[in-house]
Amino acid sequence: MNRTQITKVLIFLAALVPLGRLAWKAFHDGLGANPIEVITHSTGDWTLILILTTLSITPLRKLTRQYWLIGVRRTIGLFAFFYGVLHFTTYIWLDKFFDWHEIIKDVAKRPFITIGFSAFVLLIPLAITSTAGWIRRMGGKNWQRLHKLIYVTAVLGVIHYIWLVKADKHKPLQYAFVLGVLLLYRVGTWALEMRKKTAPPSARRRPVEATEA
Amino acid sequence: MLIKKPEIPSSEITSKDLYLNRRKFLAGAALAGAAAATGIAFRALASPSLTAAANAKIDGIQKSGLSAAEKQTPYKDVTNYNNFYEFSTDKYEPAGAAKDFRTRPWTVTIDGAVKKKQVLDVDSIIKMAAPEERIYRHRCVEGWSIVVPWVGFSLSELIKRAEPLGKARFVEFTTLYDPKQMPGQRVAVLKWPYVEGLRMDEAMHPLALLCFGMYGEVLPNQDGAPLRLVMPWKYGFKSVKSIVRIRFTDDQPMNSWQLSAPNEYGFYSNVNPNVDHPRWSQAKERRLGEFSKRPTLMFNGYDQVASLYSGMDLKKNF
Repeated sequence: MNRTQITKVLIFLAALVPLGRLAWKAFHDGLGANPIEVITHSTGDWTLILILTTLSITPLRKLTRQYWLIGVRRTIGLFAFFYGVLHFTTYIWLDKFFDWHEIIKDVAKRPFITIGFSAFVLLIPLAITSTAGWIRRMGGKNWQRLHKLIYVTAVLGVIHYIWLVKADKHKPLQYAFVLGVLLLYRVGTWALEMRKKTAPPSARRRPVEATEA
Repeated sequence: MLIKKPEIPSSEITSKDLYLNRRKFLAGAALAGAAAATGIAFRALASPSLTAAANAKIDGIQKSGLSAAEKQTPYKDVTNYNNFYEFSTDKYEPAGAAKDFRTRPWTVTIDGAVKKKQVLDVDSIIKMAAPEERIYRHRCVEGWSIVVPWVGFSLSELIKRAEPLGKARFVEFTTLYDPKQMPGQRVAVLKWPYVEGLRMDEAMHPLALLCFGMYGEVLPNQDGAPLRLVMPWKYGFKSVKSIVRIRFTDDQPMNSWQLSAPNEYGFYSNVNPNVDHPRWSQAKERRLGEFSKRPTLMFNGYDQVASLYSGMDLKKNF
């Protein structure tokens, strides 16, 4: 096994820890007075944490020059989707008990549910097209374009959290801060690239000539 | 009606306070330079004798015809799942954070539009009337509910003795403000101190409970010790905890949650399945310990209060 494979296995095991902990607590009367609330919050938290983790892979590998890290991003992304599914299932089953009429009303009427639902739906095509086969079929450029949707999901997911909180917004704002930093990094690299592209070749070469002189 | 004299004269309470302060000062001086040690000394001073003995049984509790014949929520849940933002916004934390909360000595100031402005010791309030057990449904605005055997007596017992003036149309209640003891108050999540209000006829309703115990015992700190309200037909946040002031007024008080989000929380905040919170439905609730949700009842099932609001548009006066 190479480094990427070992890391993938470790990520796989680590990503199952939150679920394992919930299950263990559920069977040992450890989820407190309102277990369903705990399950809803925990699965929601881990969806967001894992989405932010996938978004940190690109900056991390560039800053640390550990380019192989790209090989583990899909695993993390799929686990984000996995926890998203659990979170969504908790909502439609344990909160709404498959009362579709109520669910549709909720999605249409309650902004925090509308955007949480949208964030989840937008993850579905990303999960489906996560295989090597789909990348080939779509072509790298199109695939990358589609997967830019993760930014939309991340932003909607964080707003979903901010909007549902009653008064104490400290925790969702921590997520918002991390997301802000990760998005700023993108804006920064994009601006740098634009400057490189638009600057005339002579302007780019000049400092080099100066040292040569 | 005459106010019963507090059993402990207020002069003695003050002197006890001073005495404690002096001990604190001496302890601090003796350990000067060792900040941690001072902290420990402070803790030691703040311990058992100053908190009402937890789990202390209340004697002579009478049954009440106002009790609901429903399965009570386990004590463990009611004491470990608390919305008490003065200690923490995390419902699982007040149980620990309020452990060393000092509930004695404790006084309640009664003022405003009232004949008998006074400062009462909490123990003298508790002795005003015979303790009753009231098993009430309690519905949180968040959509969960519990059934609790509270101990107390009708708030009207206190109000009658205070003799409010004719112009007093509302009663305002204030929770203790003490960020040293209440770590949640160091963060401006709500405007501190916590304030709640009732219309006079609501406050005089027999169901409105002045509460100092539950499950036959002294009220645990995390549940609002030493003195709280229980308003069973209103959302839980109206049942203000750890009361230090009761003020009678002719203006409608501004309660803390209304101040924080006026479009989401009103003055009345009666339990009402037909008026949703702007962000979630109030049609159903999860009774702690139950898997399925149950329908929420108008006025939380306390139909006897309906006449208080006859002719009012409850969608507007939410």
